[in-house]
Amino acid sequence: MTYATKSPWVIHYDGSSCNGCDIEVLAALCPGYDVERFGIINTGNPKHADIFLVTGSVNEQNIKVVQEIYDQMVEPKVVVACGICACSAGIFHDCYNVIGGVDKAIPVDVYAPGCAVRPEAIIDAVVQALGILEEKSKALQAQKKGA
Amino acid sequence: MAMLGFLILFPLVVAAVLLAVRNNQARKAIVGVSAAVIGVASIWLVVAYMGAPWVSFEFYSPVADYVCSAVGVLVAAAILYYGVRYKNVWACVLAAVQVVGALVFEFAFAHGIAVTEGLYLDSLSLLMAFIIGVVGSGICVYALGYMEDFQAHEPEGAKDRRPVFFALMFVFLSAMFLIVFSNNMVWLFTGWEVTTVCSFLLIAYTRTEEAIKNAFRQIIMNLAGGIAFLVALYVMAIQFGTLSFLDFLVIGIQNPALVALPVCALAFAGLTKAAQMPFHTWLLGAMVAPTPTSALLHSSTMVKAGVFLLVKLAPVMYAGTISAQGGFLAATPGLMVILVGGLTFALCSFMAVSQTNAKRVLAYSTIANLGLITACAGVGTPEAVWAALFLILFHAIAKSLLFLCVGTAEHHIGSRDIEDMDLLFERMPRLARFMMLGIMCMFIAPFGMLVAKWATLVSFVDTGQVALIVILAFGSAATFMFWAKWLGKLSGIAGEPKNVEMTVHRSEWTSIMLMAVLAVLACIGLPLLSYFVVEPYVVSVYGVVGQDIAADNLWIASIAVAIVVIVLFAGLGRTKAKKVDVYLAGVGRDNAGRTFQNSLSGETQATARNWYLEGIFGEKRIAPIGTVMCSLVIIVAFAASAVALPGLF
Amino acid sequence: MSFLIVLIGTLAFAVLAPVVGCLLAGLDRKISARMQGRVGPPLLQPYYDVRKLIEKDNVSVNSTEGVYVTCALVFTLLAGGIFFSGGNLLMCVFVVTLSGLFFIVAAYSTRSPYAEIGANRETLQVMAYEPMVLFMAVAFYMASGTFDVGGAFALDAPVITTIWLVFLGFLFVLTIKLRKSPFDLSMSHHAHQEIVRGMTTEMSGKTLAKVEVMHWCENVLFMGWVGLFFVWGNPLSVVLAIVVVLAVYFLEIWIDNNFARVKWQALLKSAWLVALVAGGVNVAVLAFV
Repeated sequence: MTYATKSPWVIHYDGSSCNGCDIEVLAALCPGYDVERFGIINTGNPKHADIFLVTGSVNEQNIKVVQEIYDQMVEPKVVVACGICACSAGIFHDCYNVIGGVDKAIPVDVYAPGCAVRPEAIIDAVVQALGILEEKSKALQAQKKGA
Repeated sequence: MAMLGFLILFPLVVAAVLLAVRNNQARKAIVGVSAAVIGVASIWLVVAYMGAPWVSFEFYSPVADYVCSAVGVLVAAAILYYGVRYKNVWACVLAAVQVVGALVFEFAFAHGIAVTEGLYLDSLSLLMAFIIGVVGSGICVYALGYMEDFQAHEPEGAKDRRPVFFALMFVFLSAMFLIVFSNNMVWLFTGWEVTTVCSFLLIAYTRTEEAIKNAFRQIIMNLAGGIAFLVALYVMAIQFGTLSFLDFLVIGIQNPALVALPVCALAFAGLTKAAQMPFHTWLLGAMVAPTPTSALLHSSTMVKAGVFLLVKLAPVMYAGTISAQGGFLAATPGLMVILVGGLTFALCSFMAVSQTNAKRVLAYSTIANLGLITACAGVGTPEAVWAALFLILFHAIAKSLLFLCVGTAEHHIGSRDIEDMDLLFERMPRLARFMMLGIMCMFIAPFGMLVAKWATLVSFVDTGQVALIVILAFGSAATFMFWAKWLGKLSGIAGEPKNVEMTVHRSEWTSIMLMAVLAVLACIGLPLLSYFVVEPYVVSVYGVVGQDIAADNLWIASIAVAIVVIVLFAGLGRTKAKKVDVYLAGVGRDNAGRTFQNSLSGETQATARNWYLEGIFGEKRIAPIGTVMCSLVIIVAFAASAVALPGLF
Repeated sequence: MSFLIVLIGTLAFAVLAPVVGCLLAGLDRKISARMQGRVGPPLLQPYYDVRKLIEKDNVSVNSTEGVYVTCALVFTLLAGGIFFSGGNLLMCVFVVTLSGLFFIVAAYSTRSPYAEIGANRETLQVMAYEPMVLFMAVAFYMASGTFDVGGAFALDAPVITTIWLVFLGFLFVLTIKLRKSPFDLSMSHHAHQEIVRGMTTEMSGKTLAKVEVMHWCENVLFMGWVGLFFVWGNPLSVVLAIVVVLAVYFLEIWIDNNFARVKWQALLKSAWLVALVAGGVNVAVLAFV
């Protein structure tokens, strides 16, 4: 077991969402859902985060921002695309400036569709992401030992 | 005794030779060798008399008295010459008053009073001799390289006045030795006046309008102090019929009420020389001089002469505050010194927070620390004097280290502004580390200054000086702020800026290294210093060991010093971590330059300046408070001691 | 001799303080969650967080930040060792300040704009609380006759009986030292603030883990200072001290959850005013009465 799964700190970035999904992400942290039960904390700092929650699609203006946040996160890390826009650009897919889902900018590990995405779906996606995080963490440990 | 004479006279000889030598190489050799000689001689003296109580030397010579009078006249003549030339009325008036007073004194009163034991030494003199001989001459060596750069920055065809500069530096050292070794008060007074005029000439060295103005401010304030000194001499001669420092101290300790006026006058002279409020402006003005001058004035000479005199008077002031029959009168000098010193410490620490100019920060910190030493002298218990001695020593070493570093940095980065010292850790890696060491020595545990402050605090508590405890608590907090933010500025690392310290002169490195090594050794060896140098003085004066801090704690502190020094010079800069960029909340462009892509896809630079809290700690707000309060204290003290003095009116 | 005691104390503190501090931190999060009507994380959550941080990849913005943070941690442990082995209270205060300085320099050295602002605020915070902390040590000395913490166990009555005013003042600045709202200007454990994570913005992985452990140890030490007011010759007084410490800790959590952050002007002025009134008056009373 690795401890990565017991203390997943998330960073939330709003690409070009309509704010529907953002509200749901924050709702998940509120008493009703209380994700801190699982040790999840919403940090504002990529250097402290393990899970990257992106809402909204990727466009010309924000693609570099998404990439930079991802780059600044410390390994091991996973990305969760929250909401249909983040998954595939949703109803904005043919906008003049929209490039597409988050996977056009960075590798995405879990897709959580919905418009807006429900808190249960977010929690579910994060739990799935934890599995991936654990694998990555183990891989990193093995690499550290090998090195 | 030959050693004392050598230390006083040898720098004078060197000064005379330097005045004649115009060749740069020859000067380098002479300054280097004679600095080494003075340093070795003073260390030898310290070792030979280690732990000595008061040792008097029988030395009486009317010739020396006449020489002193002649020097006094010369000093006054020099001041009058410049006063007339630059049309400064006050300087002329004060110099005239002083020279007339001194001559009348010499021929009407002092003539009949012979001081058979003209010279002396005790552990305090030895400590001062060490500071003057090693730190002071180290600064002279530093000046060699510095003045070369300085001359290079001068406009084409400017007259090379370096011979005068170096001659003055050595005269300064000689005068300081005279001050710390003279038992004959007239000689002490002569040394006192020579330091005044030397610093006048050194401050005015650049001959700019500002320099001249500040030099005159210095001379006026210190002449006022000198006249107070003269008043004390008159009272001593007329009332007690002695001019021996030792006799005076003995009389004072036995009967503090009787000596209230002369002690007040001497303390006033000490306060002006130590640049206490309201006289702090002269030391701030002295910053226009080349950095070696500032270093010399701030660390080993001049201001230290002021606190030296105050610490010498400490037993008398202590006797005054505890004496039962003397009442308020006897306590007056002590109270005056405590209040002025305490207020100066707190207020100047506050003002230092608001300064961006590194030399001004150093100046305010010097004044503040001298305030603390002054307050300790005013309290005058054995514990307070123990603390004062350590404050003098550590302040001298750490402050000269800092001045030398700032001077070198200024020549290489072209600024003395703290904000411009951003990234110095990489631009001048060695220098930045030395500067950081100097800063840490000044304010943080476990370094010596803080151990001394600790002892100060305990002695204030033990004597129930509530006002001083409060002042120390708030002043130290401000001290933390202004040093910590400077330290932080130095420590910044980003990108790989060009290393610009390759061209630093070897003489500068030598001096900086010397100061750094001294600082570290003194901090680590603090318990030993206490045992061999400082405690003997306290015992010789008070008869008891006064020391508040258990030896175990001192040793813990010295181990911690060793750890910090090792980390600073050997531990930093090694890591296996992968290097990443800093977070700039968006898309970074150039990480070293802290630029990022703004909302219009252009480039914006993120800048962060330190906090100077001008609205709270600004000079405009604080300085008038200190000037008014300290002036009031001094005036009231003088009025009280003069009016109540029997036999004067 | 007392060397050895301090050394042993430091080692013991290095082992025990993280355990106690971790539990305290877990309790904090649990109680905070309950105050907000949530279930909250497991009690051992802070431990999991630190273990995870240690597992993270080793990256840094420069080669010095980690060294400074290590120094900060070591000196915190030393300060704790001095305190809990009954050493000199003033020395303990000074060593904690040294640790704080290293932490500030670590933040400065990253040269991140956010960390730099955080470091600036931290120096301000130190300036704000330092006078009161000094008054605390001085008042303890005046009330008990010794700076040695161990001396408290030889007293007839706890020092709180004579320096309760200083205690109240100390409680005020304790909020700053524990980095609790409304005084968590330089870095906050709450998510989303205007300067990202302030001082720790650039710290990650092991370095951040060290910072966390340092805070645990600091908290234990500060709670030790609180307890010091309540012990005297009776060995059972330790129980009373622990009860008071827990009550104070609960109070701090309550304050944290109920107050919005203030501006630095309010922080500095209120802290200095409290220090002047509570510290100054109490010290004056002790000196003159």
